[in-house]
Amino acid sequence: MGKKKDVRKKAFRAAFPHTIPIFAGFWFLGMTYGIYMNVSGFSFWYPMLMSLTIFAGSMEFVAVNLLLGAFHPLQAFAMTLMINARHLFYGISMLDKYRGIGWKKFYLIFGMCDESFSINYTAKIPEDVDSGWFMFFVTLLNHFYWFFGAVLGGIFGSFIRFNTEGLDFVMTAMFVVIFLEQWMKEKSHVSAIAGILLSLFCLIFFGADDFMIPAMLVIFVSLTLLRGKLEGGAMA
Amino acid sequence: MTVLQKVMTIGVIVLGTMLTRFLPFLLFPSGKPTPKYIQYMGKVLPSAVFGLLVIYCLKNVSLLSGNHGMPEAISIAAVIALHLWKRQMLLSIAGGTVCYMLLVQLVF
Repeated sequence: MGKKKDVRKKAFRAAFPHTIPIFAGFWFLGMTYGIYMNVSGFSFWYPMLMSLTIFAGSMEFVAVNLLLGAFHPLQAFAMTLMINARHLFYGISMLDKYRGIGWKKFYLIFGMCDESFSINYTAKIPEDVDSGWFMFFVTLLNHFYWFFGAVLGGIFGSFIRFNTEGLDFVMTAMFVVIFLEQWMKEKSHVSAIAGILLSLFCLIFFGADDFMIPAMLVIFVSLTLLRGKLEGGAMA
Repeated sequence: MTVLQKVMTIGVIVLGTMLTRFLPFLLFPSGKPTPKYIQYMGKVLPSAVFGLLVIYCLKNVSLLSGNHGMPEAISIAAVIALHLWKRQMLLSIAGGTVCYMLLVQLVF
């Protein structure tokens, strides 16, 4: 028993420093998310439960919009799959690393947001540290930071005295930054440009309330058709 | 939406998210190579999806009426400029949001 405890303590000590940068980010974004939900008219129970069960930051921002609109579960489901499709590839990259670590694997997969993935995928875990517990604590700490920020924002949002009009732009700014990061990483911008243009086209054609599903379909089909062209080394 | 509809919407989002996270572990259990098509989509899909999400955020902006999308255009330019300058994600997001809040509250 004592030995087991040591293993956990050691893993926690190794994992914590890796999560410090995430602490700042999740605290800020989680808090903004909580405040955003609060000023959108939701009680703090919503950000609390959502940050606990969804734990996918960008999706949770989008979820606020979905909850404010008309009830349309199919669209919500399709959007979730598209926005979180990247997790499929995180999973594929982690197939080997998550093998043979017992029950912790379930939580690691559950909590595999962008940040947990990037730490667990890239961190050089010292040989004398149990990698299962290390990755477990990275995920748990990140989950806690996000939850903590979201709940604080959800509670204290109602005490804010300054004018919050325009705060919803935080979601736009976040996606512009992610888009830009993606843009700077890639060699070919065909997919990025296609994403913008096809979405704009669908927005004009179908209108603000109905364009998401057609846009997702058009993007999917176009990228499939462009495969021969794009795969010629350009995207690698 | 009623509370039940809200809970169902959240449930559907949880289900979708978990599906994208658990599926690879169910489909490719023992180190089998990932199909080429899936690998290709993994490379090209994210850029297009984030482009789509930027448009999604701006879907209710009207270029023909109101303030013609000026606060959005200026603030997005600010986000891009900040990000190219410092490349600090939080600074770009916070700076752009403050810029937008000031514009819609004080200018437009």
